[in-house]
Amino acid sequence: MSDPILKVHGLEAFYDDFQALYGIDMHVDRGEVLAIIGANGAGKTTLMRSISGLMQNGAGQVHFGGQDISARRADEVALRGLAMVPEGRQLFPSLSVWENLMIGAQVGRKGPWNLDTVCELFPILKERADQASTSLSGGQQQMVAIGRALMANPDLILFDEISLGLAPIIIRDIYAALPSIIGEGMSAIIVEQDIGQALAVSGRVYCLQEGRVSLEGSSDRVSREEISRAYFGIE
Amino acid sequence: MDWLNAILQGTLLGGLYALFAAGLSLIFGVMRLVNIAHGDLIVLAAYLGLTVTVGTGLHPLLALILVVPAMGLIGYGLQRGLLNQTIGQDILPPLLVTFGLSVILQNTLLEAYTADPQKLDAGALETASVSLGGLTMGILPLLTFLIAIGVIWGLQWIFYRTALGRAFRAVSDNQEIAQLMGLNRRHIFGLAMALALAVTAVAGILLGIRTSFDPSVGGARLIFGFEAVIIGGLGNLWGTLAGGVILGVAQTVGAKIDPGWQLLAGHLAFLVILAVRPNGLFPRISG
Repeated sequence: MSDPILKVHGLEAFYDDFQALYGIDMHVDRGEVLAIIGANGAGKTTLMRSISGLMQNGAGQVHFGGQDISARRADEVALRGLAMVPEGRQLFPSLSVWENLMIGAQVGRKGPWNLDTVCELFPILKERADQASTSLSGGQQQMVAIGRALMANPDLILFDEISLGLAPIIIRDIYAALPSIIGEGMSAIIVEQDIGQALAVSGRVYCLQEGRVSLEGSSDRVSREEISRAYFGIE
Repeated sequence: MDWLNAILQGTLLGGLYALFAAGLSLIFGVMRLVNIAHGDLIVLAAYLGLTVTVGTGLHPLLALILVVPAMGLIGYGLQRGLLNQTIGQDILPPLLVTFGLSVILQNTLLEAYTADPQKLDAGALETASVSLGGLTMGILPLLTFLIAIGVIWGLQWIFYRTALGRAFRAVSDNQEIAQLMGLNRRHIFGLAMALALAVTAVAGILLGIRTSFDPSVGGARLIFGFEAVIIGGLGNLWGTLAGGVILGVAQTVGAKIDPGWQLLAGHLAFLVILAVRPNGLFPRISG
């Protein structure tokens, strides 16, 4: 079996004096979809920020594609093939839809994703290409955010709370598109509060509780009781 | 006809002010940095032009071929080596550091070139003029105005039609997310400062042809540039040209009323617009 695409060992992260992550160990295999679940404040987004280089890690190592990226800046990590769909979409408001997508391609990595394939996945974006990104609905903005990350042709893509603030029908559409994305050979981490969605699309799951891994297992084998215990800390 | 002439001369003068202001507007638009040393950098460019023209015998406008890239390199080095370290949530460090830079630049120029006023010799271009419907326009002010339009058009083109411009705007919108897209904000800021100082080089050479300069004149150029940026609206390049023209027209009309009112009229126009429209006439950035 090949080495994992991502390996995290003993990762700790801090906001000034506040410790948000305690010795996180985890890995993502190549081609795997991993779910990270946990309540608000469990450390999910902090973990994503630490892996992607947006936060300086307090201790521990992050290896991506066999290379130590623990001390790398976010732009250096992105060039190595890690992309992120950030929580709250965070499109560039002064850029049009087309420009937001093009900025994702700025890393210059070759692969299956380009404007045509992204617009095939989300046809509405072609119609809205010249519009200001802020004029789109929440669901359409999420499509741009996903498309922008895909344009980088990453080896690993991090989805941080992609269902947050969206209508259920939109969430369903976006999750319906995920197999086409992941079918292109990339690995993915899905951070979600919607446990059902996360388990349905992933192969394995980690649950975080107060900055620690409280559960690790196969998504189709973990029981509801195990998840409740790991999620809420209820025995 | 005299009043019309004053407005025309003010409009052309506004081209020079817009060039003073374009670099300020650009770096504020990209990195929210107010560069107090901007006027002194204009004067530095004029002195570099003087060194090139005296050393090589080139016409000052041809000296731009050397001065523009030199100022671009200085800008990139300045940003990567010094100013990037000051940029953050607090607006005070870059203000203090660029103020210090202004003092250092003035004193260095004083040591290197003395306090004697200097001027760039552009020959017949300085006095050449053209008549149009009873109005006379100097070729140099007209050329300056056309160069200002060209420079601002070029900057707009870079900002809205190129990958570099997208990167400038993305970093300006959200530095953190731009980094996730593989954009090194320190490098992008360096390129923005290089571009700003390349424009400053053009402004410095045209200033040196139009009027005499010495190491202490940067402060006034900073104020004119700053007023043009504020009048036009923060971060809006065409607005900056409009701001320069309004400032220039206010000054020449003020001088027409009374020669002693020239500068005061410009400052009053600035204050009135600031009071009525605090974000300028055509703001791209609100708040």
